[in-house]
Amino acid sequence: MSFEGVTKRFGDTTAVDGLNLVVPDGELLVLLGSSGCGKTTALRMVAGLEEATEGTISIGDRVVNDVDPKDRDVAMVFQSYALYPHLSVARNIEFPLRQRGIPKDERAIRVRAAATTLELDTMLDRKPSQLSGGQRQRVALARAIVREPQVFLMDEPLSNLDAALRVQTRADIVALQDRLSTTTLYVTHDQVEAMTMGDRIAVMSHGTLQQVAAPEDLYAFPANTFVAGFLGSPGMNLLPGRITPGGSGEETTVEVSGGSLPLPPALRAAVGAGTRDVVVGLRPESLYLDAQGPLACEVTIVELLGAETHVICRTEDGSRVVVRQAGNATKPAPNDKVRIAVVADPAAVHLFDAASTQRLDPQ
Amino acid sequence: MTVTAAASGTTLARTGPSLRTRRRREAGLAYLLILPALAVFAAFTFYPFFRNFKLMLYQTPPVPGLPAHYVGLHQIGPTLTSTQFTQSLVTTILFVILVVPASLILGLALAVAAHRKLKGIAVYRMIFSSTVVSSVAVASVVFGTLLNPVVGLLPWLGINPSPPALENTTWALLAVAAITIWQFLGLSFIIMSAGLQSVPDELLEAAQIDGAGAWTRFWRMTVPLLSPTIFFAVIVSTIYAFQSFGAIDILIGYQNAAQLHVNVLIYNIVNTLQVENNPGAAAILATVLFLITLGLTLLQMRFLERRVHYAN
Repeated sequence: MSFEGVTKRFGDTTAVDGLNLVVPDGELLVLLGSSGCGKTTALRMVAGLEEATEGTISIGDRVVNDVDPKDRDVAMVFQSYALYPHLSVARNIEFPLRQRGIPKDERAIRVRAAATTLELDTMLDRKPSQLSGGQRQRVALARAIVREPQVFLMDEPLSNLDAALRVQTRADIVALQDRLSTTTLYVTHDQVEAMTMGDRIAVMSHGTLQQVAAPEDLYAFPANTFVAGFLGSPGMNLLPGRITPGGSGEETTVEVSGGSLPLPPALRAAVGAGTRDVVVGLRPESLYLDAQGPLACEVTIVELLGAETHVICRTEDGSRVVVRQAGNATKPAPNDKVRIAVVADPAAVHLFDAASTQRLDPQ
Repeated sequence: MTVTAAASGTTLARTGPSLRTRRRREAGLAYLLILPALAVFAAFTFYPFFRNFKLMLYQTPPVPGLPAHYVGLHQIGPTLTSTQFTQSLVTTILFVILVVPASLILGLALAVAAHRKLKGIAVYRMIFSSTVVSSVAVASVVFGTLLNPVVGLLPWLGINPSPPALENTTWALLAVAAITIWQFLGLSFIIMSAGLQSVPDELLEAAQIDGAGAWTRFWRMTVPLLSPTIFFAVIVSTIYAFQSFGAIDILIGYQNAAQLHVNVLIYNIVNTLQVENNPGAAAILATVLFLITLGLTLLQMRFLERRVHYAN
């Protein structure tokens, strides 16, 4: 499935801007972004519920821009599940088969199979209003898989479930998708869902695709400051800085508010010679409090989360730096003056161009 | 054990009366607050309603000036077996059959047509619902002009019934039904539109992806989900149709009503009371109308209840 230069405009607002994205067969691709970033619009264009203003959408080898939703061979799971309230569970699951004129005997077999897969056997005669949220969600999934479509489209299918059920269903959907190996486009604003479920994640912001990568690569090598700050909880610390090349034999350092950091050798080559304005990215877990550390700052808040502690500090120009500590580490108090060090991993320091916000070092 | 029971008994006995007093005070206030509404209803609805039953038992002599005398249930039989009544009943049923389905189907069709996000659609919605605020007198005059044999729309269309439409046994009821349908259309449109708002777009989108065409979506999704609304509209418009009066009075008039087969029940009641000066018979007819309306409503409720799907 692919998007080629797909743009969607609603009047003066551009919801999706020049989207290029290829989803290989059998992949679960997560579209991740905050609300209003265009991810749902992108999904709805694949379903045929919205028309692309520009560009081409293909499913398999077929351009589907002008294909009716019912002929696109996609199944969709809605955030609200969109179950038909006047039909029983069995009838809900059967509906797409019935619309396709599949014979009664085969319909019965397929409905039963889908119901068994999603453990709905005992509820086939109930109406959606007699089911719990989790059960309704499973009916919506059953209705999608019964068709054996080319593509699954899922629009935040877990957001109406409570936390415990969400974790469980997350794993269930991944297992189901693995088994059926149906190409899946999964929309969510929840980065934990994205990280745990996606074969790859496509991060969107303001209608533009920011980066597509496997979860671990996305986390380790964010392509720009948006992705860096969006992923991770808390997100990456982003500090404006300036690179000053040292003389021969001296280290190249980057000056940030509160101190200067030596650049790892791999980054030195990437940034080239000369002075340059950059944004320095440091994950909270790559930082620790150390009296000899190169960055000076003042503690503002200490958040205890049990297994870990977030120490939120402010440097002299007011930039925020979050340090993640193990829960059993010695905790500072608010207003303490502390120094922060970076772990000795060359991948701990990320550099982005100050003007373009793009990543500087090669991945 | 005994001690505990006695102790809790005392506690109950102590809290009981104060709670009861409080409840009684609250109830008193509630009755006080509904008293004005109750008084109005009592004077203008309940009293006439029960007075009507008393009227049924008295007969007024055809000669003016003589007092009404008590006849018990004796005038009920003759009134209900008279040709005037049976004709009037048939006419009314025919009228309801002509008016209710047509106005509801047209209202639903217009509501579906106007239920889309288009520029200027609000203008159409206003036009479609405008018949609600047009008075029956105005509507009748307008239709009367349209049906006029000389300057109206019918002769212009080449249709020249003879005698003219409003003096013609075939056309008169149709004409009156048409006005009534037109008048109901606004209300029907508003009710159906409101109902359509409550059908979630996502359901129709899901059905669309699941392979349902526009026709199937309408019959398999919209109509079942709209059934509470349709149910309500059927009851309300049937009751209204049974009470249609204005158009007949203005366009046909009592001299011709019976002869042109437009003498619907309510019109018959008014004529019996005012023209024939027979309050006893009129009261009997009014009671019949009440019982028919009541029975129909109960029947519809029982019948439709099972087919109504309330969304969760």
